[in-house]
Amino acid sequence: MPGLGTSFGRGGATTAQPDLANADAILIMGSSMAENHPVGFQWVMEAREKGAKLIHVDPRFTRTSAMADIWLPLRAGTDIIFLGALIRYVFENNRVFHDYVVPYTNASTILREDFRDTEDLDGFFSGWDAEKQKYDPETWLYQGAQKTGSSSSPGHSEAGGGHGKDRGGEAQDPAGFRSDATLQHPRCVFQVLKRHFSRYTPELVEQQCGIPREAFLKAAEAFTAASGPEKTAAICYAVGWTQHSKGVQIIRAAAILQLLLGNIGRPGGGILALRGHASIQGSTDIPTLYDILPGYLPMPFFEKDSQKLDSYVKKHSARTGLWAGFDKYFISLMRAYYGESATEENDWGFNWLPRVTGDHSHFGYWLDMADGKLEGLFVMGQNPAVGAANGRLERKALANLKWLVVRDMVEIETASFWYASPEVERGELSPDTIGTEVFLFPASGTAEKAGTFTNTQRLLQFREKAVDPPGDNRSDLWFVYHLGRRLKARAGAASRDAALRALTWDYPTEGKHDEPSPSEVLKEINGWSMADGKQLHHIKDLKNDGSTACGAWIYCGVHPEEDRNRALERNSKDALGHGWGFAWPNDCRIIYNRASARPDGKPWSERKKLVWWDDEKKQWTGLDTPDYEKETPPHAPAHIEEGEGTSALGGARPFTLHPDGVGWLYVPSGLKDGPLPAHYEALEAPVKNSLYSQNTNPAADKKQRPDNPYANAHGDPRFPYVLSTYRLTEQHTAGGMTRHLSHLNELQPELFTEVSPELAAERGLKHGEWATITTARGALEAKVLITPRILPLRIDGRTVHQVGLPYHWGYMGQATGDVANDLLAISEEPNVRIMETKALLCDVHPGRRDRHAPVSERVPSYEESRA
Amino acid sequence: MLKSLLANWPLIRQIRNGSDGTGAEAMSQRTRELRPKFEDAQVARSICPYCGVGCGQLVYHKEGKLVSIEGDPQSPISRGHLCPKGADTYELHTHPGRLQKVKYRAPYAREWQELDLETAMDMVADRAWATRERTFQETREGQVLMQTTAMAHLGGATLDIEENYLIKKLFTAGMGMVCISNQARI
Amino acid sequence: MSVTAFLTDATLCIGCKACEVACKEWNGIDEDGLQFSGFSYDNTGSVGASTWRHVKFVEQAPLPGLGGNSGEQVSWTFSSDVCKHCGEAGCLEACPTGSIVRTEFGGVFIQPDVCNGCGYCVTACPFGVVERNSKDGRAFKCTFCYDRQKAGLEPACAKVCPTESIKFGELEQLRQKADERIAELHDRGMTDANLYDPLDTSVAGVHALFIIRGDARTYNLPPAPEVPTIYLKKAWTSSALAAGLLFGGTLLAFLSAGKNGR
Repeated sequence: MPGLGTSFGRGGATTAQPDLANADAILIMGSSMAENHPVGFQWVMEAREKGAKLIHVDPRFTRTSAMADIWLPLRAGTDIIFLGALIRYVFENNRVFHDYVVPYTNASTILREDFRDTEDLDGFFSGWDAEKQKYDPETWLYQGAQKTGSSSSPGHSEAGGGHGKDRGGEAQDPAGFRSDATLQHPRCVFQVLKRHFSRYTPELVEQQCGIPREAFLKAAEAFTAASGPEKTAAICYAVGWTQHSKGVQIIRAAAILQLLLGNIGRPGGGILALRGHASIQGSTDIPTLYDILPGYLPMPFFEKDSQKLDSYVKKHSARTGLWAGFDKYFISLMRAYYGESATEENDWGFNWLPRVTGDHSHFGYWLDMADGKLEGLFVMGQNPAVGAANGRLERKALANLKWLVVRDMVEIETASFWYASPEVERGELSPDTIGTEVFLFPASGTAEKAGTFTNTQRLLQFREKAVDPPGDNRSDLWFVYHLGRRLKARAGAASRDAALRALTWDYPTEGKHDEPSPSEVLKEINGWSMADGKQLHHIKDLKNDGSTACGAWIYCGVHPEEDRNRALERNSKDALGHGWGFAWPNDCRIIYNRASARPDGKPWSERKKLVWWDDEKKQWTGLDTPDYEKETPPHAPAHIEEGEGTSALGGARPFTLHPDGVGWLYVPSGLKDGPLPAHYEALEAPVKNSLYSQNTNPAADKKQRPDNPYANAHGDPRFPYVLSTYRLTEQHTAGGMTRHLSHLNELQPELFTEVSPELAAERGLKHGEWATITTARGALEAKVLITPRILPLRIDGRTVHQVGLPYHWGYMGQATGDVANDLLAISEEPNVRIMETKALLCDVHPGRRDRHAPVSERVPSYEESRA
Repeated sequence: MLKSLLANWPLIRQIRNGSDGTGAEAMSQRTRELRPKFEDAQVARSICPYCGVGCGQLVYHKEGKLVSIEGDPQSPISRGHLCPKGADTYELHTHPGRLQKVKYRAPYAREWQELDLETAMDMVADRAWATRERTFQETREGQVLMQTTAMAHLGGATLDIEENYLIKKLFTAGMGMVCISNQARI
Repeated sequence: MSVTAFLTDATLCIGCKACEVACKEWNGIDEDGLQFSGFSYDNTGSVGASTWRHVKFVEQAPLPGLGGNSGEQVSWTFSSDVCKHCGEAGCLEACPTGSIVRTEFGGVFIQPDVCNGCGYCVTACPFGVVERNSKDGRAFKCTFCYDRQKAGLEPACAKVCPTESIKFGELEQLRQKADERIAELHDRGMTDANLYDPLDTSVAGVHALFIIRGDARTYNLPPAPEVPTIYLKKAWTSSALAAGLLFGGTLLAFLSAGKNGR
């Protein structure tokens, strides 16, 4: 989550769902919240009923649009133009919340003279290396800043991935920063920002997004007028923003808008990232990702000096702010992993950790798998055969494995690719030639195991177990624990096995199936004192001398006593839900909430008070846990030049993870595709980029190869229409948890495609009958739903049609259908390596698809189509 | 006995109550004794497994069997409400298509076969160990590498954080696997 | 025991269908067909023997006022239909076996252990709610969660509804609430919002009220529902009259014939 992470410090939603009820306006964009988060949407409805303006920006008129005051249909992939125009509107109409922006953001910070904007370099920022196809971000740093660390471009390791770059503050020491509080300096962030977005006009919105100028202005006025000392506005987004080749920068644009309007850290404000799975937030906090360790600590990369703990710690620490404690967080993690075996002498086991040598993300290693470089794969609770981009490539790659372990509640497509996939039907694969050994383990459901989910608002909620699972079904905790026992038993005396030998693995088990105790694991995540085994209470308790163990520093405090599991507490005492579960960090429900008070510690207004300084008690107090040093008074001076840790930030810098303690309108380091959002077209788009010669995000990785082809970048006559994939309320992701369930299948039984009456007429599509949709990757068939809810858009004087396609179906289960993800390309946004699913090019024709012809024969080549 | 039978005879009841035969007097024994099915069940406090909203669920169970699953009115997030998927969580656990045994497909086989759980666990441990033995690299160019890129893990966003924690701990910190991924990106 | 009711407010419905699923889960009802209908997002069609709550999806011209007019091209409204639990219930009056009863909460309840599947109730329902199932022919419909109500609990559909579009409570209180809501909606510009509560018809009011926009018929709600049995008295009277006349006529004929015969 580098979009939120670099802007504010933490890669998590800044607010909580119930707080949406306090908003005066809500912008939902990149999400159909009513459809995909219906129960969270009740808080939006509550705000609407209280008079808040609800704005929905989406290519389709969805169930969310139906509830909105204003719906604006936009061409998929033009979000940054829309948000950029909102930012420009804020500047042009004096809507900047000046008293918030000056002290709480880096608006006044002055940039280097050699920094060049996309406006100067026609779509590139300074530092682009055309040969390496990546940026050297050095010129993005601040004027006068001292570079730190050993790497020339911190946050940009050669092998680099995404999630470790959530902050980037370590790239420079704030001691030498220059600023201009009048915001007049031509190179201060404020002025740079103003210039950068000056071409993002309402007229551009009309021409490129397809939203009439007047409609845009109405929405802009509604949103920005609902911000200021007395009012706040919130933004909700989901994968409609993230699943683009520039997704992180879309979120960055939202962050800029909210900072300029003073909407972060305040009730009814914020940015709510809506997660699509029960523990998406938890799965990056406690990651099963290749480039980070728990608590967003970066995995060590293979590079010069990478075996020295000192260099690693120095590279990732900051002198000021919360990341000054990096060594405490890391060493405590090593003590949690390796116990007493991690000692000061062996650098706390640092060199037992594997080094990252490349793109080991899902797509990175899957392409290796397709090329026969992988032997084995564990798949737990995911269904890549139908749930991942370029399904045909994904499935065919599985046939190259020696062994495959799948754990799920039902027989999902990933487990049955060898006999039931479309490739077998087409004769591209046959069981007789697939040597893959497949193990399909039956998994427990949530009612059959205890454990914790971290929801979309950073809230940890522990579930009690109700019943034992049926048959041989077991939890994934059981599987990993008992597999670990077996593997540890195989570890020998060799140095390569040292880590495995040292790994602490003595979790107590319970019940007739020897289930390891999730509470014991949660206690380890919370952390304890090595000396007496007592649970830690607070992040402040962590030490860098090995005296504490902690599995995830950001979760410290969730299990503060032997018998107190705060994630299991169910006694909600107030509107923000204190007493129910535990929100990281430190049970703050709205983070950066120091910003809800003025620099002098008083609330901006009575109506919008949240956290304030109590002059009698000499501490921060209020309706939420203060996300600040409790006893640091608002007037405490900052010692940015020479201080250390959070105390250096003084009493009025709310964004404590940043070394300068402020929100970042401009991100000097930590992102791979630029310090500011700029509009690029999708990797496949119907038009050329109207702003810059550079058409697409230069740092995005297309992974283009014969089995992962693309339409011509713009205006490919073979694929004239824009395609977006999405979810429906009644099904879930690729269907593993719904397509076997009758009560949901009857509500949405079949794959369908949504098209406008105009497109239907153009292509001769008939309502309720079959259509075949093709992209450069393949073809599928879907029932046609003709609806006026899909509008043809006028883009630059011509009509652009959009095609909608839910992606829930596959070839197993009770409700089956073609796999929408087969139409997608594997592509990687540079920061998080996510694929583009929301803006593709396609064609659509009446009739069913050819079930037997190989895909390559169906799609004419670009040259053929021009002939 | 006879008296109570007679008293419960609809016609008698109807005459005694002076009613028209469409109220309580017309109710069968089943109807009179109707109670909510979870009335004497135990309840576990749980969370919905679908999207990231995190709705509270109450899981009713009796004698080791699930009875029903519905929203938890105490939840400050969901206030007892659920969406259609959350409302179908009982079916998720109890539908007939659920796996209950390990299925195993041997190389080049055309059919599944069933495996004993412990046997399957041993076999998987053997495979993972053999791959690690074959492909583990301790150093490269004299520097620490300690990794294998020949086996991978995928999944996690519907797993518990405790499960994710042990996955990363075992596979990365213990086994040296770096190819670890899940669908969480945003 | 208080008389209870549903108030389903279509201006708050987001069309999620949680009510359909919660109903089926609680009552153990099977799916009734996996067919893509093409009727917007509605694939379950209507209320029937195996669908006791049903969400109607209406794509139509834009509606005035806050919410729902956002497109200026189209509006999409949703409303969850259910048995109306009529004050004068045609099904109950038509049932010859005593299977259908009125509960202490005012609801109309079919006792599955008494029903013999004759189907008289099906034709007697002015809303087309009651239906015989395809397996054994017995009639089924919403029970008003009589089992839950007996324990003081709200029906499953009302409990699950994310936006509290389905409200459950004491009938008169809900009527009052509905009036207030309509006034509020009118103030907010939704001038076409109205309450569906057919009090002055032969069903004598219902225990399932609806706040809708525009014409009730759009949501499958008949403006003037009629219980077929209201014609019973008239029918009996007229047939008695006819019988009387016939008898008289015959008598007359005999009498005159007798006279003639003499």
